[in-house]
Amino acid sequence: MFIIKYIKEVYRGVKSLLVGMKRTLYYFTHHKEIITQEYPDNRDTLVMAERFKGEVVMPHNEKNEHRCTGCQACELACPNGTIKVIFKNELTPEGKKKKAIDKLVYHLELCTMCNLCVEACPSDAIKMAQTFEHSVYDRSELTKILNNPGSKIMDGVE
Amino acid sequence: MWSFSHIANELHEWLSSIFNPTWTLVIEMVLAGVAVIGLFAGLGLVLVLMERRVAAWIQIRLGPNRVGPQGLLQSLADTLKLIVKEGLTPNGADKLLFNIAPFIAMIVAMLLMAPIAFAKDFQLWDMNIGVLYVSAVSSIMVISILMAGWSSNNKYSLMGAMRSGAQIVSYELSAGLSILTIVVLTGSLQISDIIHSQATGWWIFKGHLPVWIAFVTFIIAVTAETNRAPFDLAEAESELTAGFHTEYSGMKFALFFLAEYINVFIVCAIGATLFLGGWMPFHIGNLTDFNRVMDYIPSSIWFFGKTFFMIFLIMWFRWTFPRLRIDQLLNLEWKYLLPISMINLLLATAMAILGWHF
Repeated sequence: MFIIKYIKEVYRGVKSLLVGMKRTLYYFTHHKEIITQEYPDNRDTLVMAERFKGEVVMPHNEKNEHRCTGCQACELACPNGTIKVIFKNELTPEGKKKKAIDKLVYHLELCTMCNLCVEACPSDAIKMAQTFEHSVYDRSELTKILNNPGSKIMDGVE
Repeated sequence: MWSFSHIANELHEWLSSIFNPTWTLVIEMVLAGVAVIGLFAGLGLVLVLMERRVAAWIQIRLGPNRVGPQGLLQSLADTLKLIVKEGLTPNGADKLLFNIAPFIAMIVAMLLMAPIAFAKDFQLWDMNIGVLYVSAVSSIMVISILMAGWSSNNKYSLMGAMRSGAQIVSYELSAGLSILTIVVLTGSLQISDIIHSQATGWWIFKGHLPVWIAFVTFIIAVTAETNRAPFDLAEAESELTAGFHTEYSGMKFALFFLAEYINVFIVCAIGATLFLGGWMPFHIGNLTDFNRVMDYIPSSIWFFGKTFFMIFLIMWFRWTFPRLRIDQLLNLEWKYLLPISMINLLLATAMAILGWHF
C-alpha cells in the first residue's frame, strides 16, 4: 500500500542518517583516531609509510663502493629520461680497459617515482629513499649525481 | 545579584537621571545597536573557529592550531586578511544593487536580533507577534541573495540565487508549520509568553511525539533556510564555484560570510527558545533541591548553552551528510516534510485541545 511504503521510506531515510551521525560523533569524540600529524614539529620522530618513495639513491658501503655496473638498464627503463649514465674507461691492474660509470646523473625534477629503474636494476645498485623535503631555491640543485666522488664498483659485482 | 536585566535597568535609570526621555531612548537605541554589532563580530569569530574545529574533528583532522594558543586567533587573522583585501566590483555588474546586497543581508540579521531573549527579562523588543515577526523577516534574506546573484552579471551567481529562491521559499513552509506547533501549544506568539509557558518543563519534554517531529522538521528546514550543507545549493562550491557570492571579494564577501553564521545563530536561538525553553533552567517536576541548583546557573548561560548545542547539531549535519540535488531537495520538502508537518500540526492541535501534554 502507498502509505506503508511512504512510512517505510521515511523510516529508512531517518535510520541511515542516524547511522552516519553516529559514526561522525564517534570521530568527533575520539581524538586518538586523528590521522593528520603536526609535521614540522614531529620531524625527529616522523615515521614514513613503508611504501613511500621519495627519491632514487645509490647506497655506498663504508669503503665508498657501490654496486652499479653501468649496464644502463635503469636508463632504458625510465619512461621520461630521468637517469643518464656517463661512462669512463678504467684500467684494471692487469692493464686491461674496463668500462665503469663516471657519473650516474639523476634529474629529481623529472622523476615521477614510478620505481621502474629500481625494478630494472640487475645488481640492486639503486633504491628508493624516503626523504621528501626536496624544495630548493634553484632547480639546478635538483640534478643530482648519485655515485659519490671517487667511488668505485664493489668487488664481485658483475 | 548580577544579571543582564539588572545592568540594563541600572543603565536606564542612570540615563534617565541625566537626559530627558527622548534622548534616553535615542542613546539606548544607539547602545543596543552597538551591542548587536559587537555581538555579531564576536559570534562571527567564535562560530567560524568552532565550525573549523568541528569539521576537523569529524573528518579526523586537527584543524587550525597555529595562530595563537590552540589556533584561537585563526579567525581574527582571517578577518584581518579580508579587511585589507580589495572589494572588487565587476564592470558588467549593476553597481548599486551589487554593493547594497551584502548590507541587506546584514540588516536582515540585525532585525532578527530584536525579539530574541538573551537572558531573563533581557530582550530588545518583546512584541506580541514575536514568532510571526521572526518568520516574516527571515524570508527577506532571500532578497539579498537574489539581488547579489542577479546584479553580479554572472551565470553561476544567477543560478545559485535562483536555486536559493526556490529553496528558501519552499522550506519556509515547513519551518513555519513546525513553529506553529509550539504556538498552538502555547497559545501565544509572544516570545516571553512562550518561554514562561516552559517554566514547568521544556516543550520538547512536555509535548512528546508531536513536538519531537516538529523539532526534527524545524531543524531540517532551518538548515535549508540558512543555505548550509547538505542544502548549500545556493553556494554549491563544487558546481557553481561559490554561487551567489562568486563575484564578491574582500569585506563585502566577509559580510555575506558573517551573515550566514549570524543567521545560523539566530535560527538556533529561535529553536532553543521554542523547543528547549530559551533561558529557562532545566527543571524536573518536584525535585525542589535539584531545581534550586539549576536556578543558580545564570539564565544567559542556559540560553547560550542551548543555542550552541543547536549550532553544534547543524554543524554536525553539515559535516556528515552528502549534498542534495535540486530535485531531491524539492522532493524532500514537498513530498515528505510538508505533509508530515501538516499532519503533525493537526496532531498537536488535538493534543492542545484535549490536554494530552504534561
